[in-house]
Amino acid sequence: MNARDELKALDSARWRVAVWLTVAMMVVYFGFILLVAYDKPLLTRLVVPGLSVGILLGALVIVAAWVFIWIYVRWANNHYDAKIEALKGRM
Amino acid sequence: MTIAFFFIFIVFSLGITYVAARRTRNAEHFYTAGGQVTGLQNGLALAGDYMSAASFLGIAGLVSLSGFDGLIYSIGFLVGWPVVMFLIAEPLRNLGRYTFSDVVAFRLRQTPVRVAAAIGSLAVVAFYLIAQMVGAGNLIHLLFGLRYEYAVAIVGVVMLAYVLFGGMMATTWVQIIKAVLLLAGAFLLATITLAKFGFNPLALFRAASARYGDAVLGPGRLVSNPFDAMSLGLALMLGTAGLPHILMRFYTVPNARTARTSVSYATAFIGFFYLLTFILGFGAMVLVGQPEIRAMDAGGNMAAPLLAQAVGGEAFLGFISAVAFATILAVVAGLTLAGAAALSHDLWVNVVRHGAASEVEQLRVARGSTVLLGALAIGLGIAFKGQNVAYMVGLAFAIAASANFPALVLSIFWRKFTTRAAQMSMLAGTFSSLLLIYLSPTIQIDILKNTSAWFPLRNPGLVSIPLSFLVAIVVSSMWPEPEAEARFAEVQQKVHFS
Repeated sequence: MNARDELKALDSARWRVAVWLTVAMMVVYFGFILLVAYDKPLLTRLVVPGLSVGILLGALVIVAAWVFIWIYVRWANNHYDAKIEALKGRM
Repeated sequence: MTIAFFFIFIVFSLGITYVAARRTRNAEHFYTAGGQVTGLQNGLALAGDYMSAASFLGIAGLVSLSGFDGLIYSIGFLVGWPVVMFLIAEPLRNLGRYTFSDVVAFRLRQTPVRVAAAIGSLAVVAFYLIAQMVGAGNLIHLLFGLRYEYAVAIVGVVMLAYVLFGGMMATTWVQIIKAVLLLAGAFLLATITLAKFGFNPLALFRAASARYGDAVLGPGRLVSNPFDAMSLGLALMLGTAGLPHILMRFYTVPNARTARTSVSYATAFIGFFYLLTFILGFGAMVLVGQPEIRAMDAGGNMAAPLLAQAVGGEAFLGFISAVAFATILAVVAGLTLAGAAALSHDLWVNVVRHGAASEVEQLRVARGSTVLLGALAIGLGIAFKGQNVAYMVGLAFAIAASANFPALVLSIFWRKFTTRAAQMSMLAGTFSSLLLIYLSPTIQIDILKNTSAWFPLRNPGLVSIPLSFLVAIVVSSMWPEPEAEARFAEVQQKVHFS
């Protein structure tokens, strides 16, 4: 495969990862927002005294954002950067 | 006593800022030098630029008055960062030089794109500034007992002076120091608060629900209309990726990898801070009390300072107020500079002088625009008295998400995107969101005292963001631009190389 095709393949791989992670974040966040909008009783329910489902899920959305970013950084640092570095000399 | 502490901490924080800024001035300026700002530093600077009065005063206030509903802002302000990370940060770094409009204009015609981007950026900056003025005005009103209107005017003038005479110092270091101060201050306040509940957040939440009912732990009246919740959610998530002063930060790092690292740090810090707002908000609700918070300011913006007073006395109030004030000062400096750059660089030089303006003239126009922006912010800051500052910043996010985000994303991703589409989508996004804000209950009912509002939603995002995308797609399809399409291959390649 020549360098141009390899870059093209890497380009689509990068956007696939980016788009899928964005979609995942959106699903998690808008899932939460839709619950806020349409299922207030569920979010008000208590898991244990003092902790409602809403507060728990809210904190988990923040954690999910961290996890998605961690996945992306791992992929980009280990996989993407190496390939770009290798391609740099050949373009 | 409080006031003495307030001034001591203000002088102290401005002092370290000054020393740090002087030390780095020798080592050439960050913006052009590049390669000097590390991932951690830029992460802190991003966090510093991002965590404004809205994050500290506004969210703590909303949570203290509305419980869970306020947390929607904490969460919404954070989830924009993954979007920035996955879609924007690295292409932005590799395609542009100074501002995000470099990226939008990369394969399009420069002038129309830059003008539209400048108009959108100015609208965002204006609303962001109003929110900071409301926050700072309340703070000074609380500390010195001045009337709110005078407080806003005085704060506005002080901040203008700071930006005009110290403008160049308002660079990365101000934001870094301010971010550290804010994180440390909020952490200290949350720790002291939690100590009263045996370091168990659940005990705090239990105390809140014992006093105000279980309803405070779930969604309530703040988002009574489901569409309001979705509109706010959409604006908060996509707005971060359209904030001009945040996007500018990606040009201070040497390469895409550092841009990536800095977003990870920023997200870690900001997320941690927003988790603290859970504690601060509920802490103020229980330890200060809702009637007391509301009595000081209808928007609840003084919840965090009042909490500091309740748990740590006058000295601690002085400290936390100083941290909040320094926060606002830093954000205002960054915003005003971004706004002045848009006015003088993009509008004046490109449109009025057709690219021929001397350095001296540009500087004069930049100073003039700063004064103009400051005066506007003071006037509107007074008009928006009693509004929560997190809500106000939510409006700035809606404008950013409608004006800048669609054009930015489409210019990176979509081969068929055209100059005219970029221009029309940015203008449509800016003006539709401004119009809908004007027709919303906040302006029509709360401020103009009308009995009804034309537009039912308090945040325009649900309408204006899709509209902006739609305009971009329709205009691109109706008037193709083969030159721009031909240059897309260049974008695809350059996106990957620093």
